Amino acid sequence: MKTKRKIKRSRGTVIFDTFNVIFMLLICFVCLYPIWYVVVNSLNDATDALQGGIYWWPRKFSLANYKSVFSNGSVLQAFKVTIGKTLIGTTLNVLFTAMVAYPLSKDRLIGRKYYMAIGTLTMFFSGGLIPTFLLFKQLNLLNNFLVYIIPAAFNFFNLLIFINFFKEIPAALEESAKIDGANDLTIFRKIIIPLSKPVFATIALFAGVGQWNDYFGGLMYMTNRTDLEPIQTFLYRLVAQVQSSQMAGNISVQVQTSDTTSTSIKLAAMVITTLPICCVYPFLQKYFVKGMMVGAVKE
Amino acid sequence: MADTAVTTKKPKKIKYRNKSSFYKQLANQKYLQVMALLGVAWMLIFNYIPMGGIVIAFKKFKITRTIAEAPWVGLQYFKEFFMDDNFLNIMQNTLGISLLKLIIGFPLPIIFALLLNEIRNVKFKKIAQTISYLPHFLSWVVLGGIMVTWLSKTGVINDFLVASHIIKEPISFLGDAKYFWGLSVISDSWKELGWSAIIYLAAIAGVDQQMYEAATVDGATKLQKIFKITLPSITGTIALMLILQVSGLLNSNFDQVLILKNQINVSRSQVIDTYVYQVGMTMGKYSYATAVGLFKSVIALLLLVIANKTSKKCLGRSLY
Repeated sequence: MKTKRKIKRSRGTVIFDTFNVIFMLLICFVCLYPIWYVVVNSLNDATDALQGGIYWWPRKFSLANYKSVFSNGSVLQAFKVTIGKTLIGTTLNVLFTAMVAYPLSKDRLIGRKYYMAIGTLTMFFSGGLIPTFLLFKQLNLLNNFLVYIIPAAFNFFNLLIFINFFKEIPAALEESAKIDGANDLTIFRKIIIPLSKPVFATIALFAGVGQWNDYFGGLMYMTNRTDLEPIQTFLYRLVAQVQSSQMAGNISVQVQTSDTTSTSIKLAAMVITTLPICCVYPFLQKYFVKGMMVGAVKE
Repeated sequence: MADTAVTTKKPKKIKYRNKSSFYKQLANQKYLQVMALLGVAWMLIFNYIPMGGIVIAFKKFKITRTIAEAPWVGLQYFKEFFMDDNFLNIMQNTLGISLLKLIIGFPLPIIFALLLNEIRNVKFKKIAQTISYLPHFLSWVVLGGIMVTWLSKTGVINDFLVASHIIKEPISFLGDAKYFWGLSVISDSWKELGWSAIIYLAAIAGVDQQMYEAATVDGATKLQKIFKITLPSITGTIALMLILQVSGLLNSNFDQVLILKNQINVSRSQVIDTYVYQVGMTMGKYSYATAVGLFKSVIALLLLVIANKTSKKCLGRSLY
């Protein structure tokens, strides 16, 4: 890279660079603006916001939308479900997947080839929506909080990321622990887990975002327990409702007062669900970039 | 995420002198075996039992009875699907949206990665890359909510288009079926642009810098370097990503379509996945929906095999 700078930039290069920077700024704007739009609208008075035209800054600043979110019992309940399933589901997924991955990272494991074959097939073929639903029904997982946790406890793709990481850990560390009399379980707990923080962070991010953003689980498996629906399912219903009212009457402005509350809750809830992820992912960037590349780049 | 390529080293074959040393070995790794088998048990329950459940596609299954009790009907439900008035329409939407995503959505991250790589200011490059990931982490519900608001007659998009005299009358974009394919392709490409570029950026970072230096000495222009060095160096990665994309041709982003679909645009928005959900879950036609789902899985598997074979022959690279 350095040698490039020593050579004087030609006119063509200057034009290229200028356009390139402008293009990148445009991309950044296009990625950020939709979120900004939701944020400023959520901070605006809800009735006033229905008139539209709020693009850059709140016209009539108000925190009422957030107040109505935090005073609405069913919204709070939905947030509780989301937080609960994200914390429990992510922890279990990370620990269980790592636990299965550790023995599979050892060449000496008897039957390793068969275990891996069983897993690889699941990446390319699945039973599909209905057979899975019927299984959950059989297992009494419908209308049960555990449907968010147990079926999400394991992920074969994440397992491959773990395996690749565990293989890099020097075998000498485990051998010395073995001489001291530690068994494999202790080695996994006391040596492997503390050494694998980066990969745990990556998988936790993948699993956490998956749990946090999932709306389909609530839609599909909570057939009569709306109190166990996460916030994303709640938002899905609001969006679907707005869509159908727009389509039915072709009324583009929702002036009805009843809509004011649902619109304000929608915007504020969107901001609240989006912000935590926005704050977390930039710090985990260097880890998940590595995770993304597992197996995909062979060069 | 679940569809990235895998390569695992083949374990060395260990010869056991006799049975007792095999059992000794097994006893030695009893903890490891238990840990691994717990995972296998999980997969057998949550992946393989549903695979077995596919038999209801060939049976007349009712929710009140068990699968074993249901009478066999052979290929009746597959025939029903192929004869259905919606069949052609659904296939057209599924393939249409996916092919457009392949033609438009696939090259964009490559172009983005190539251009981002040319940014000189390292700090700006990093910030731009981080920002480009952002949409990937947003849920389709939030994005769908934004799109529904923006695309309505009084939304931001219409405001902009009318104000800049591109159109005269506001258009109800989601209320007109003909816009659906375009909307779903654009929003999906936007969401995954930065995220998909990660792999290409990593591949570009691995290109030997000496090649660029040599080219600079020879007087190569920037574009020449991109086309003659960078692009050929990352063909392997591009081929791999292409195989995966082709095998997913029948996967038309269920989350996205389900949110943007409505009664008016259904003629252009009903895809296989949403159809399975609709007939299976809202109409309770379990066997029929499973048959449709199985049809999709089998085609997807075939596409994967064909794409992989083609790539092996033409580029000498394959997934497995």
